[in-house]
Amino acid sequence: MTWVTHLQTDDSGPAPTPASYGVVTTSPEAVIPQPSEERVMTILTGAPTAHESAECEPDYVQLLTPDGERREHPDYAFDGDDDLVRTFYRDMVMARRIDTEATALQRHGELGIWAQLLGQEAAQIGAAHGTRRQDFIFPTYREHGVAWVRGLDPVRLLGLFRGIDHGGWDPKDHNFGLYTVVIGAQALHAVGYAMGIEADGDVGTGDLDRDAVAVAHFGDGASSQGDVLESFVFAATYNAPVVFYCQNNQWAISAPIERQSRTPLHWRAPGFGFPGVRVDGNDVLATYAVMRATTDRARSGQGPTFVEAYTYRMGAHTTTDDPTRYRSGNDVDAWKRKDPIARVEAYLRRADAVDDAWLASLAEEAADLGATLRRGCHELPDPAPLALFDHVYAEVPDELAEQRDSYAAYLAQFEEVSR
Amino acid sequence: MSTSRITLAKGLNAGLRAAMEQDDKVMLMGEDVGRLGGVFRITDGLQKDFGERRVLDSPLAESGIVGTAVGLAMRGYRPVIEIQFDGFVYPAYDQIVTQVAKMSYRSQGKVPLPLVIRIPFGGGIGAVEHHSESPEAQFAHTPGLKVVACSNPVDGYWMIQQAIASDDPVIFLEPKRQYHADKADLDTSVAPPPLFTSQVVRRGDDVTLLAYGPMVRTCLAAAEAAVSEGRSVEVIDLRTLSPLDMGPVLASVRRTGRAVVAHEAHRNLGMGSELSARITEECFYSLQAPVLRVGGFDTPYPAARNEHHFLPDLDRVLDAVDRSFAF
Ligand SMILES: Cc1ncc(C[n+]2csc(CCOP(=O)(O)OP(=O)(O)O)c2C)c(N)n1
Ligand SMILES: Cc1ncc(C[n+]2csc(CCOP(=O)(O)OP(=O)(O)O)c2C)c(N)n1
Ligand SMILES: [Mg+2]
Ligand SMILES: [Mg+2]
Repeated sequence: MTWVTHLQTDDSGPAPTPASYGVVTTSPEAVIPQPSEERVMTILTGAPTAHESAECEPDYVQLLTPDGERREHPDYAFDGDDDLVRTFYRDMVMARRIDTEATALQRHGELGIWAQLLGQEAAQIGAAHGTRRQDFIFPTYREHGVAWVRGLDPVRLLGLFRGIDHGGWDPKDHNFGLYTVVIGAQALHAVGYAMGIEADGDVGTGDLDRDAVAVAHFGDGASSQGDVLESFVFAATYNAPVVFYCQNNQWAISAPIERQSRTPLHWRAPGFGFPGVRVDGNDVLATYAVMRATTDRARSGQGPTFVEAYTYRMGAHTTTDDPTRYRSGNDVDAWKRKDPIARVEAYLRRADAVDDAWLASLAEEAADLGATLRRGCHELPDPAPLALFDHVYAEVPDELAEQRDSYAAYLAQFEEVSR
Repeated sequence: MSTSRITLAKGLNAGLRAAMEQDDKVMLMGEDVGRLGGVFRITDGLQKDFGERRVLDSPLAESGIVGTAVGLAMRGYRPVIEIQFDGFVYPAYDQIVTQVAKMSYRSQGKVPLPLVIRIPFGGGIGAVEHHSESPEAQFAHTPGLKVVACSNPVDGYWMIQQAIASDDPVIFLEPKRQYHADKADLDTSVAPPPLFTSQVVRRGDDVTLLAYGPMVRTCLAAAEAAVSEGRSVEVIDLRTLSPLDMGPVLASVRRTGRAVVAHEAHRNLGMGSELSARITEECFYSLQAPVLRVGGFDTPYPAARNEHHFLPDLDRVLDAVDRSFAF
């Protein structure tokens, strides 16, 4: 029984102290930093807001500056080469294309609504690449970039925004769950799934292709939900192999992050008994490195981590939202200078890892994806009327079958009339 | 010899044990279900025999319990949750209604959720607030859930196993005041009826009494008492509340021409309302009287010293029978 040994009073080991969590390592050299007591006090007693504005750089893991300069971090290293950086770049460009195309489709009345990812490409693409194939990802409704990396046909994403289904893919095909609209609900599912991984013995065997992790995606707004906080409790006490990946895009519709928390979100983790780390969410190398390290940490049996990807929602909450009612253009302009894609392009050009021809062909590929998405969207069939009765249950009760049949008969009358 | 004399608590315990022996994906989770064996001892001894990985003492958070069970089910497990008391299912209400009930539908059948949520329900035990409620209608009103209620030890033994074997999520209601009350003979060589069926538990010709859970016993006693008044009362144990098994109900009412529904839950929009509507729609011309409902009043559950006024008892059931005959 390994789940709760560290909490049993009759266990021989000493109970962990908050300080000891600070030195839990992913690999011997990777230390997950925790806020110092001094810093906690400064922020709690200092300025009215604990959240750095766009002007003042927050304290986070950054491996590539907004100008495209490489930085090293003592605890997190980027283990890939320029080929991998190019892959990230390509995926971010494609994710942005999916997003602009879907936004346009909504404007043309083809989609009822669309949740834009603009600005969050690095937060998603790096995190998705940081996981391994057997890891199971529980998304919100905005993880289009993660879906893309997982190989899900982006046309499938459109179904629920067009109103033809509530999510049409099989989660098992790509280890990518269905979009979850109820804020925070999926964090508990991820922890339960992780408890299942542990019960299956698929953690800590040392086999990187077998040991698995669950990843819970959620937003800054979701961090106030009871389900998310309960999921921290369960993850900690069962030492579940899960990574909580919070894209702090500074907004929950019109509510700024200050409305959700007085302290940086990643500080919450040590209070629950596991480490938290903040990463520059607009730096794809950093989100990749942090996700790789924290998932491998969970994979090896060392338990959960909370990752706060510090980013910005450049677009509206959804296509039905009007952000000019609640936020200033200044912030948006400041964040524009930290664009997640531009910095990688600057880096790749400087490294001579891409040239104009490569970029032009990528632009063409993105245009093709846009066209495919448009066509795919137009071709999505409306559901058959009686399909609304399908899959309510695995075993259909007679009374529901009767309801369906009687509605079928009702509909058939009209067909006869029109004949 | 496969026959034993057991209480409802023992029947449920033995049923859970059998299900765990048959399928090693079955897990129990809930508050105090492990070491303690549950506050009602329904899971007594199971953690000792099946280990802490299969009988989980959960943190004290109902949404967390149900939400993590969803994840476990997605990973291939068959979680069986114990909610400690009816009144504490509400913190989990969101997970049950928005996730458990809808996952199969949302995923177009690709993510079935075979999980069972056991809820000790009903009053009559002299408890403080929140420990005596009957929330069944709230779950029966939710498409995607199946809702059953056992009323006796033998059903307890079989129904819990059948619910665990079901690929749909099942809300499993257990009449807590009956846990340690009557004993019955369990003969495991006699095959049980299917889970989602209602059963005639007493034959009669003049009026049909419809009940489930704790009210079955009350209605059987009422039927016995009615004999001295020259009335032959049929009693049906509904057992399944969603879906309803209307076959035996309609057949009975067509014969007797009278129906009375009894439950502890509030009368307004309770199961009685739905049963009344369906009976009226299906056998209007067989009815000698409108379908009558006996239920808890439309008040919050009262303080324990007043609960005998709130809970329908033998006399109130017979009073409704009298009113039915007065038409
Ligand atoms: C339980 C619940 N309450 C309210 C909503 C409506 N709602 C949808 S998105 C949203 C804001 C979510 O903010 P955040 O968690 O920061 O994620 P983001 O949209 O920024 O990605 C709200 C309030 C909901 N979907 N679920
Ligand atoms: C939401 C809810 N779930 C379950 C219960 C049943 N219950 C009553 S007391 C208790 C344990 C509470 O423990 P703790 O918070 O440590 O308080 P203590 O009783 O030790 O003072 C439980 C599970 C409840 N009252 N409310
Ligand atoms: Mg947000
Ligand atoms: Mg206590």
